[in-house]
Amino acid sequence: MENSEHIPLLEVRDLHTYFHTFSGTVKAVNGVSFEIGKGEVMGLVGESGGGKSVVGFSILGLIDSPGKIESGELLLEGQDLVTAGEDRLREIRGREISMVFQDPMTSLNPLHTVGRQMDEVLRLHSDLGAEARQTTCIEMLESVGISRAAERLKAYPHQFSGGMRQRVVIAIAMLARPKLIIADEPTTALDVTIQSQILKLMRAQIADKGASMILITHDLAVVSEMADHITVLYCGNVVERGQTRDLIENPSHPYTRGLIDSIPDTTQRLDRLSQIPGSVPDIRNLPQGCNFRERCPRAQAICAQKEPSLTPQHKSLMAACHFPLKPGEAA
Amino acid sequence: MLGYLLKRLIQMTLVLWVVSVIVFIMMSFTGDPVFMVVPIDATDLEIEQARRLLGLDQSVLVQYWKFMTSLLHGDFGRSYVFRQPAMTLILERLPATVEMVVVAMVLAVAVAIPLGVYAGANPNGRISRTIMAGSLMGISLPGFWVGMVLIYLFAVTWGIFPSSGRGDTAEVLGLRISLVTRDGWHHIALPAITLSLGTMAILLRMTRAGMMEVSRQDFMKFARAKGATRRDVLYKHGLKNALIPVITIFGLQLGDLIAFATITETIFSWPGMGKLLIDSIYRADRPVIVVYLMLVALIFVVINFLVDIVYTLIDPRITLK
Ligand SMILES: Nc1ncnc2c1ncn2[C@@H]1O[C@H](COP(=O)(O)OP(=O)(O)OP(=O)(O)O)[C@@H](O)[C@H]1O
Ligand SMILES: [Mg+2]
Repeated sequence: MENSEHIPLLEVRDLHTYFHTFSGTVKAVNGVSFEIGKGEVMGLVGESGGGKSVVGFSILGLIDSPGKIESGELLLEGQDLVTAGEDRLREIRGREISMVFQDPMTSLNPLHTVGRQMDEVLRLHSDLGAEARQTTCIEMLESVGISRAAERLKAYPHQFSGGMRQRVVIAIAMLARPKLIIADEPTTALDVTIQSQILKLMRAQIADKGASMILITHDLAVVSEMADHITVLYCGNVVERGQTRDLIENPSHPYTRGLIDSIPDTTQRLDRLSQIPGSVPDIRNLPQGCNFRERCPRAQAICAQKEPSLTPQHKSLMAACHFPLKPGEAA
Repeated sequence: MLGYLLKRLIQMTLVLWVVSVIVFIMMSFTGDPVFMVVPIDATDLEIEQARRLLGLDQSVLVQYWKFMTSLLHGDFGRSYVFRQPAMTLILERLPATVEMVVVAMVLAVAVAIPLGVYAGANPNGRISRTIMAGSLMGISLPGFWVGMVLIYLFAVTWGIFPSSGRGDTAEVLGLRISLVTRDGWHHIALPAITLSLGTMAILLRMTRAGMMEVSRQDFMKFARAKGATRRDVLYKHGLKNALIPVITIFGLQLGDLIAFATITETIFSWPGMGKLLIDSIYRADRPVIVVYLMLVALIFVVINFLVDIVYTLIDPRITLK
């Protein structure tokens, strides 16, 4: 994306977020860097426990004790959020950056009407009067495909279906026209037909408002349709990133390759569907060297000694691997 | 809604009836009230006469039948001791008790809720630990002891508050209330504080537990992600969700305090119905005891009903069925 602006909307630099639990320090995010330009959609992918949600919460300053952002910078248009005070963060939350949580069923307060929960955002972040706020809420609900919106504002979350609740959560996230929306698996809780509907809707909304989005998912098929570029996380580290097309067509990290190969494909027979062998190591005591080496078909002696760092690969890709794949090469 | 109300009304009546039966049976096992009425040197004949006068010569069943039929005519029986309608005796003293209980409850809630919310939101802080240690004392220290310590300090040593009795009253809507006079507040302070401490501690702990539970919920974090202030997140989103068990306990405590304000009333010579109950028990004044117990049962049942209504006001998922 050619942009006249030189500073990206959000730049994450070497972010470390740890949880100091009784059973040891969980290095949930351990040196993550990426950037998102204005109007871009970035996919953040990886298996469960990779640290995707923690990255999202870190950006919003929502890491609670025993968790802590240990180091790194989160630059929103050049301004660091890690060192920003709680008051500044509160202005940013909802207005400049908003988040759609992983589980839509539990994101809404069961005791407040949907209207009140939407109105709260506008009361916090706009100077609109009560009537104007209501009109805005109704328009936003309608734009996410909820009919009879005026009436539904008075309803409670339990009177909504899962899909509708998710739409409400998305509507809330977009209400104050934030510059960045962090969507944490916005569709995993929904059935497949609604999934694609909602994704299309979010995409359209974002294009419409000129916003950017971090789309968090473990589903590479979803991001490959939605994202401009992709960052792959494994055990709290970025293992690969680059433009969507380059990364999907010719990934250079064996882990990315594994993820892509496990996407069900209608042209493939089911028995050829592969899975990455083994499972994610215990994040509390990671092995020395490359975190992925125990599951990696290409691992060699050096992988157990030295942790690979992100290095440029072909085209737009950056990967952290001692033995990256060449274009066209199988894992 | 109307059907619900009717159902509840029938339920309440049933409960009250069962209470009346139990109370009557229990009464018939306690000491013979005749000896409390007649002079010590009364002859057998005089005793027999007194017994007949009080209707105690008949079987429990007949006594109960008489009690119920006159009750349905609005007659709750007469005190053996005061020769006055038992209901009048109790109602005269009800405002004093209710007044003290209400002040104690308001005090308990006003202290317990904010401290409970704070302790629940910051469970590991030093202030929270201090609050919780204090609440443990509130639960474990017996009321009579606290009352006596307060009297010793505030009345005897420093002379800030009077040690006993009710202050000046004024007539409000036909009731004699002491909360409208300075002197009244001066007198009610110590007994109300004494009465409130236990409830305060329980409500505080319930609030804290509820807030800790609620704080883990996604919608709390989502509210923060919307940019809500900490105060709004805690009180508008958190507290409301933590409130159901707190209100349940509140209702039970309110009934308890009305029923068992007796100790506090005795310590502070507070002219409430608790003190009347104690006196009546000493004198085996059965009609007063029976009416007192029935009234307390009624209060419990009504509070219970109100609590159920409050549930539905708080939580739209709860419906009256
Ligand atoms: N509050 C917490 N306390 C302790 N550990 C935590 C906490 N939150 C997250 N973690 C740990 O941080 C790691 C990353 O978690 P995270 O939720 O970011 O994973 P994820 O990539 O979002 O996974 P999923 O796809 O399952 O949502 C996990 O190992 C998790 O156990
Ligand atoms: Mg997650």
